[in-house]
Amino acid sequence: MQALSTFLPELFLAVSASLLLGFGLSKTNDRSVLVRYISVGVLVVFASMGFLLDRPAGTSFSGLLLNNDFSDFLKCVIGLSAAGALLLTQHYFQSERLDRYEFSVLTLYAVLGMSIMASANNLLAMYIGIEMQSLALYIMAAFNRDSLRASEAGLKYFVLGALSSGLLLYGASLVYGFTGSLDFETIRASIAVSGPTTGVIAGMVFLLCGLAFKISAAPFHMWTPDVYEGSPTPVTGFFAAAPKLAAMAIIARLITVPFGDIIGQWQQVIVVLAVLSMVVGALGAIVQTNIKRLMAYSSIANMGYALVPLAAASVAGVQGMLVFMTIYVITVIGVFATILQMRLRNGMVEQISDLSGLSKTNPGMAISFTILMFSLIGIPPLLGFFGKLYAFLPAFEAGLAWLAIVALVASVIGAFYYLRLVKVMWFDEPTREFVRAPRTVRVITIVSVLLIFPLLIIPGIAGGMLGFAESAAQALFAQ
Amino acid sequence: MLEDLPVLSLITFIPLAGALLLALFAWLGKDEGREQLEKNAPRAALVISVAVFILSLVMVLDFDSAQAGFQFMEDTPWLGGGIEYRVGVDGISVLFVLLTTFLTPFCILASMTSVKKRMLEYMIAFLVLETLMIGVFVSLDLILFYLFFEAVLIPMFIIIGVWGGKNRVYASYKFFLYTLLGSVLMLAAILWIYFYSGQQLGAPTTDMRVLIEDLSIPAGVQTWLWLAFFASFAVKMPMWPVHTWLPDAHVEAPTAGSVILAGILLKLGGYGFLRFSIPLFPEASLNLAPIIFWMSVIAIIYTSLVAYRQNDMKKLIAYSSVAHMGFVTMGIFTFNLQGIQGGIFQMLSHGIISGALFFCVGVIYDRMHTREISFYGGLVSKMPVYAAFFLLFTMANVGLPGTSGFVGEILTMVGAYQVSPWIAFGAALGMILSAVYALYLYRAVVFGEVVNEKLNDILDVTKTEVFILGTLAFFTILLGVYPSLITDVTAASVEKLIADFNTAQIAAGVN
Repeated sequence: MQALSTFLPELFLAVSASLLLGFGLSKTNDRSVLVRYISVGVLVVFASMGFLLDRPAGTSFSGLLLNNDFSDFLKCVIGLSAAGALLLTQHYFQSERLDRYEFSVLTLYAVLGMSIMASANNLLAMYIGIEMQSLALYIMAAFNRDSLRASEAGLKYFVLGALSSGLLLYGASLVYGFTGSLDFETIRASIAVSGPTTGVIAGMVFLLCGLAFKISAAPFHMWTPDVYEGSPTPVTGFFAAAPKLAAMAIIARLITVPFGDIIGQWQQVIVVLAVLSMVVGALGAIVQTNIKRLMAYSSIANMGYALVPLAAASVAGVQGMLVFMTIYVITVIGVFATILQMRLRNGMVEQISDLSGLSKTNPGMAISFTILMFSLIGIPPLLGFFGKLYAFLPAFEAGLAWLAIVALVASVIGAFYYLRLVKVMWFDEPTREFVRAPRTVRVITIVSVLLIFPLLIIPGIAGGMLGFAESAAQALFAQ
Repeated sequence: MLEDLPVLSLITFIPLAGALLLALFAWLGKDEGREQLEKNAPRAALVISVAVFILSLVMVLDFDSAQAGFQFMEDTPWLGGGIEYRVGVDGISVLFVLLTTFLTPFCILASMTSVKKRMLEYMIAFLVLETLMIGVFVSLDLILFYLFFEAVLIPMFIIIGVWGGKNRVYASYKFFLYTLLGSVLMLAAILWIYFYSGQQLGAPTTDMRVLIEDLSIPAGVQTWLWLAFFASFAVKMPMWPVHTWLPDAHVEAPTAGSVILAGILLKLGGYGFLRFSIPLFPEASLNLAPIIFWMSVIAIIYTSLVAYRQNDMKKLIAYSSVAHMGFVTMGIFTFNLQGIQGGIFQMLSHGIISGALFFCVGVIYDRMHTREISFYGGLVSKMPVYAAFFLLFTMANVGLPGTSGFVGEILTMVGAYQVSPWIAFGAALGMILSAVYALYLYRAVVFGEVVNEKLNDILDVTKTEVFILGTLAFFTILLGVYPSLITDVTAASVEKLIADFNTAQIAAGVN
């Protein structure tokens, strides 16, 4: 019974998704709107379950999954961001005549996969979670199946995703072969006895490389710009948020639990990934003209920043990563909600130059986009600054000050391309006017901007927010 | 009465509240009311900024200048982990707060006629900017300070880029990226201090009072931290050779933007040296002072020569600002009473004089829409009142005795002479050069025959302009003949700064 209560959120999600699938199938007329709203409700309930149930940490399925404050925190953020992204699809799919109920169901299955990733305590459970998430995401990328670009994006994502899954499995089998177990804690105990043998290290590096594909960290980032550009815009918004967080979480768990005692072995891998991602992201974005490609490079750079605190291998480091990623997820959903507002009478546009003079034609949208951009640069008092603050602080404590300085300098280079968007909106003359965006999209933009703007500034709220992330990080280390 | 009120928070956040209110009106208002709102926005902003000025004046009058410590302290929990909302003023910062609240109403007043487009957004940007600048001067927490210091970039970027001149985009980028690069290095240093304070003091903190009193940083690290802070403050100041963003930003900014830039933003760097670099890193400050001296002297001489070669009035004044800031850095790093007092005095007086000079340029720019020196000539016969004001401020810029410019320069030179006569000699050479370019500007614009026919119908200053220039002229002369108005307020805090500095040197010598 105890095992069941630990698994309750996932069970709820799986049952709801299957029921909704059946419900959609059973009706001949279109049920996509209803299914979407129910799915959003399901995601919100799922997100809050960890806090509502208030159960102690515990394992289920003989230790395959482990639920604690860490996974509760992640499920909350993943669930809410997926709900936000799902709401964004409404108007887009309707106007593109793509609205099918299957999309909402796929979102639920993807979140289920991420949820298993967040609580995986075993290499096999981890792999199942990743595959469950990825298979849903491949379909979502190619959801506009009549579009050449979307099919290409889906195919590319699938081929490279399969490659990364292969790396993951190979790494897992190496680790299994040299430690004799798939269970995280047993692996740790075994490494403590035998020390880091070559096989274990090779396996660990394969695992980390496979996961680097999932978070699109350089040098495993090649698929990102094409997939971001080709996928339908709200799908890109979904890709940029929740899956990144889930993959980041599993990296955090791998390096703190099974490989927690061989910091020296993985730290250099994480550091290299971080530095390369920051540099590639910052430099690659400069020449982009398509805003979705720009956001792809921006996400590569941001994954680099998120790896910086993980390299510190401390509670504060995991806390910093969680704070940074949560803030990044909030921002990126706001950004994609804004990109979805870039609609002319004859369809969506996604060139940066299409934004020119936005501050005159649509001041509200321009102000919110400006705030989001300054937050991505990391200018205080916006939330993005605090994300970077808590991300880079642990690096100093771990003696990796140079890494934090590289990150800070990279963020100055990054400032250049975010500023270009601000420049286009404010300093250039308007060429054309966007049609008025639907209410849901505008509301999500406003919510995201309001969250970014004053939340961490107000005394009292700030401490509470950080407290959640801290207890999540402590739970991971208590394991 | 003032003790019960969070008076510093009020002064800091009233402009922001006003800006939000204006934004709210714009958001809720219908399109028909838009015109009315555009018309009333400057008036509302003026009322708000005058109210803030009066409040800060009351605060300054209530300020006890005999005390060296911080007053009007507020300490509220914020982020936790030693990072709290702490504000307070001492003798050094209190006058900068007053300077900010004093100049802002004039900027708004001057913008009423000179800004032609998007008045509402302009006023919102200005009020936000005022909040941020005051915030820099009152924060006593490193992270809070950084928050305000860095946030200034957002409204300034928009002000230069939207309301600036032809080359505004380039100028705004340069301004933003230069200053951002400087300040992220400072952020790195702040994070290191936070982490180190946890090691040395038991609990990490960014409380400036605790850090100054208790934290002792090893000399080797001090140098690196000092350089990181220096990177930020030197760009903001701006010191030679990282001053090149300033002329571009100045030339392209609207008049009021230039006034704020020269009057207050340039002071953030000097203030930062006084508040952070010297108390936190005394040994590094002493060791690296010679570099500062020579950079200051080069700045004074080199930028004065560059200023002389300009054909754009604003560029000329911008380069002269760099030269005058050279006096400030030179004075601050003498570590003696005259030098530091002179540095502070020079900053405050330069805030008024350079602000006034930019207003003067703005007056004729609004009429003729060009800042080219060769376009003008013989204005004295068309605009006699203007010529008189312009003369006064030009002389104050040169440092004529009787004006506030003289006091600041002579004090810093007296301070520098005690350290090295050669430094003082170099700076004195700069004073002569400042007369060269300032008189060149004045002669070319005001004296001579009216050659350009377009100048025939130019009108003399309006009542508003007389009010602005007259008030600034009054303070220029008042501070020139009665400088203890400022030096009395700052004395106690500066003496404490120097005493702490000397104690730290002795302690370092013992180790």
